[in-house]
Amino acid sequence: MDNSFAQRRRRDLLLAAGFTAVAALVPLFVKDVYVQNIMVLTLMYAALSQSWNILGGYCGQISLGHALYFGLGAYTTALLFSKFGVLPWFGMIGGGLISAVIAMALGYPCFRLRGHYFVIATIVIAEIAYLLFLNWDWAGAALGIDIPVRTDSWLTFQFTRSKLPYFYFALGFCVVAWLVTFWLQDSKWGYWWRAVKDNPDAAESLGVVVFNSKMGAAAVSAFLTAVGGSFYAQFVSYIDPESVMSFHFSLLMALPAVLGGIGTLWGPVLGAVILIPLTELTRSFIGGSGRGVDLIVYGTLIVLIALARPEGLIGLFSRKRKGASR
Amino acid sequence: MTALLETKGVWQRFGGLIANSDISIAVEPGEIVGLIGPNGAGKSTLFNLIAGVLPPTQGSILFNGEDVTRLPAAQRCQRGIARTFQVVKSFETMTVIDNVIVGALIRTTVMREARRKAYEVLEFAGLAARANVLASELIPSEKRRLEVARALATEPKLLLLDEVLTGLTPVEAQTGVELVRRARDTGVTVLMVEHVMEIVMPLVDRAIVLDLGKVLVEGKPADIVRDPKVISAYLGDRHAVGA
Ligand SMILES: Nc1ncnc2c1ncn2[C@@H]1O[C@H](COP(=O)(O)OP(=O)(O)OP(=O)(O)O)[C@@H](O)[C@H]1O
Ligand SMILES: [Mg+2]
Repeated sequence: MDNSFAQRRRRDLLLAAGFTAVAALVPLFVKDVYVQNIMVLTLMYAALSQSWNILGGYCGQISLGHALYFGLGAYTTALLFSKFGVLPWFGMIGGGLISAVIAMALGYPCFRLRGHYFVIATIVIAEIAYLLFLNWDWAGAALGIDIPVRTDSWLTFQFTRSKLPYFYFALGFCVVAWLVTFWLQDSKWGYWWRAVKDNPDAAESLGVVVFNSKMGAAAVSAFLTAVGGSFYAQFVSYIDPESVMSFHFSLLMALPAVLGGIGTLWGPVLGAVILIPLTELTRSFIGGSGRGVDLIVYGTLIVLIALARPEGLIGLFSRKRKGASR
Repeated sequence: MTALLETKGVWQRFGGLIANSDISIAVEPGEIVGLIGPNGAGKSTLFNLIAGVLPPTQGSILFNGEDVTRLPAAQRCQRGIARTFQVVKSFETMTVIDNVIVGALIRTTVMREARRKAYEVLEFAGLAARANVLASELIPSEKRRLEVARALATEPKLLLLDEVLTGLTPVEAQTGVELVRRARDTGVTVLMVEHVMEIVMPLVDRAIVLDLGKVLVEGKPADIVRDPKVISAYLGDRHAVGA
């Protein structure tokens, strides 16, 4: 029996440790606040896309409604803190749990839908939630929530003077999302998910409980996504439905994985590192109303990828290892 | 001796079409039973009912003495029923060994153990050399063998094979026959659908012939091939059988 599998796992871990170490050192040399801001967002989207990838990539249930979980994380944290003085860390866990439960409640009917119908359902549901929050007065409605400023500390998770703590949190988040994926990938769940994605009938015949697999993937994915939303609320310190629940976020979570390599361990990170700086630069280059333009950029990239390398950019690295289970 | 598998008066209707009508068969432990019959006779449908893809319109299915009629497919696999599909359903984006690991995971959740087991089954099925190749890159005969390997990895008591030898070259088919025999020698009971009489008849202990959704005859292979009802069913001349 060959041990190429174990070797590959070890190599992935070493690579991750190396990248993390390098990333951790970057802020020592890059002092520009604008660039640091982009780095924080890049790490955040890498982690978010990694979370999205668990459901969309591994399990094959393409969601374009993850903005819902992102928003729930952000809102739970912001509301608990501004209304009840509950520390953001509890909001983060709470938002994660709420999202996981809601993901399963929504999955109950939606996972019976196949293919395009599922995708459309996710879009519609997220849009409904967006409209609900837009009209929910207690949650600030369209005006949103200004998170009250306290002293800078890790306890309140507020830092007005420096971006660095956010950077390191985002890096940690990214590492955690990666490790969760790394661990799940070589677990019963990981195999079940990929089997469900490739052929649900065959999976069921081999003892895979397809429905439960999807539910599990949805819960993990939604939990992690909400943690990201919670972080984002602290990072920008002001949220409204438009800034945390719009369709735009759903796209930004899915695209890095699609670009880098859907259902792969490294795809989301690779995709985010390319896509997010590109997005931010386009936005600042065009000016305040760059949102429409970055959508054009994504669209173009995705079409190019779909045509040239449907397995994502990660395929460029693994051509030699064709057939390796990534 | 109690039968490993028993179907009691099983019916399956698809709208107005009766795919299985009043089928009562039994399979004893350790047997290789052939399920034969012309196109559209209802063989794959019966497999689907036994494997739990759909519940029968009427009738019941007993496995090991337990009524499994309403159990979902995954739980039947847990009980020891494994199957292959007439139209192969490999996990195309996964490697050969990963395909088999999915099957092995029903008996263990320790990955190292599942991987070891999967490799063992691949060696048994003669696919070990292809372990790290994507399933989509296999040639058709290898895909069929992968289906069998995947099913064997679930450690079944009953293995349902739906035309695993069809469309193979004579040499490949012979390898397949050997594989089925060796599987039976490890204690697996086999119920197999096959079209090509010359291949199945020497292999099976007993054959059941389906025609138009009904059991036409069952018995020893030697008697079956000479049975005029079977011959006319295969020739399509149904009126030749005295009504
Ligand atoms: N899901 C279904 N819905 C409607 N009709 C079906 C379905 N499955 C099978 N049938 C019909 O039931 C009949 C029996 O089909 P089945 O696939 O069981 O035959 P078979 O004996 O396996 O034939 P073959 O040798 O061609 O594989 C056919 O007429 C088929 O069209
Ligand atoms: Mg058939």
